[in-house]
Amino acid sequence: MRWATGNFDLIAELTLNHVRLAIIPIIASFVLSIPLGWLANRSKVTRAIVITGGSLLYTIPSLPLFVILPLIIGTRVLDETNLIVALSIYGVAIMARSASDALSSVAGPTVDAADAIGFSPMSRFLRVELPLAGPVLLAGIRVVSVSTIALVSVGVIIGSANLGYLFQNGKQRGILEEVVVGIVISLLLALIFDLALVAIGRLAMPWNAGSGAGRRLWLRVPAPTPEPADARADTRSPA
Amino acid sequence: MNLLLEALRWIVDPTHWTPGGQSPLPIQDRLAEHLAYTAVAVLIAAVIALPLGFFIGHTGRGRQFVIGFTGSMRALPTLGLLFFLLMVFGYVLSYDWAPIIGSTIAFVILAIPSILAGAYSGLESVDRVTIDAARANGMTEWQILSQVEIPLALPLIVGGIRAAVLQVIATVTIASYAGLGGLGRIITSGIGLNDYDLILGGALLVTALALGIDGIMALLQRATATKGLTDLRVSEPQANQPTPNQPTPSQPNI
Repeated sequence: MRWATGNFDLIAELTLNHVRLAIIPIIASFVLSIPLGWLANRSKVTRAIVITGGSLLYTIPSLPLFVILPLIIGTRVLDETNLIVALSIYGVAIMARSASDALSSVAGPTVDAADAIGFSPMSRFLRVELPLAGPVLLAGIRVVSVSTIALVSVGVIIGSANLGYLFQNGKQRGILEEVVVGIVISLLLALIFDLALVAIGRLAMPWNAGSGAGRRLWLRVPAPTPEPADARADTRSPA
Repeated sequence: MNLLLEALRWIVDPTHWTPGGQSPLPIQDRLAEHLAYTAVAVLIAAVIALPLGFFIGHTGRGRQFVIGFTGSMRALPTLGLLFFLLMVFGYVLSYDWAPIIGSTIAFVILAIPSILAGAYSGLESVDRVTIDAARANGMTEWQILSQVEIPLALPLIVGGIRAAVLQVIATVTIASYAGLGGLGRIITSGIGLNDYDLILGGALLVTALALGIDGIMALLQRATATKGLTDLRVSEPQANQPTPNQPTPSQPNI
């Protein structure tokens, strides 16, 4: 523990930066995925565009995506924005599919009932469909959260200061403890984020508190129904 | 877009493909390394994960283990795992062998969860009624597994391998940052030399490789689907749900 105690400030700074770099894409992918999920359920064409587009983007390995982005969004190669945008793209790719599944999981009779008692389409969406889609949305964002936190560290290759720096610096200087500290903090962050999301889920959906997604143990995201066309989104995180 | 054209020009420039070029050239050597690392790692991972996945899927034992394991593995930072193993093997192995052994083990570890999940969920998606019918016909457990469950589960099994291949292709790219070969070497050299042709050319090559291999695996996945069982391209009706006009024994006939 000699290295860790002597470098506490560095570790704290990198951890905070890691959290900041992870939170932005997680929130962005949640917010963006809901309209995309809604769009995907409109017609076969929009579904093909959203879902196929998402899985194609998800196929691009992270390092190439980090360095291709500057060309598209006009940033410098070693700009942090590239990392944030790339992680948001991966997040949206996972989450748009989740949101589409979540919204289509709402029972048809419920939607009809809401129409019958006079909800406008907008308030039906916000007050009936969205809350009922909540558990599946929560499961999706938990997957995004865990894989985003793990992936932030690759950003060190394009000069971002996060926990990945501990891997890079530890390897270069031959300090195994530094690498291990980085891995452990990264895992802890993933755990804390996951617990926080479950807690947010309970607060936002008190009617679900006793069952389902809110009660599951850490990272035991409910197993999605097998989708033969693309089973990978659930098991793999881009690297 | 100018930069993109230049990067494409860099890729098709024949001098970058002539043998004996200065590192990170020639391109085909890096491509061959990338494919070789990926193939070896996925093969080893399949040898470990497929039997385990079949066992869990067939018996239903250890189901929670698979769900928990694949979930937790997602939290593991690939770069950290890679560097950790490279360092640990650096202590015990020679300078020549440590990088290749250490990184191959990292690739194998990262490939296992997808293959395991594919094998397990593939077997689980097989209709229970079909398995009962096979058993009632006198098939042994081994015959049920090899002649009924695995053939029906093949698209999902291939899907798991497909995910693992992509994961390893992506991780091999990162591993070049730690001195391993592969196409990622072109990107990291470019970052070091501040040469955007190299960076973008390498990135485009890796992306093309990933999309190309993924496309081939997608075709393979489609080709392994059992004809007449269900159209696996659409999610409805799902593979494990009987169609409404075929009541299962558990459903009372009204």
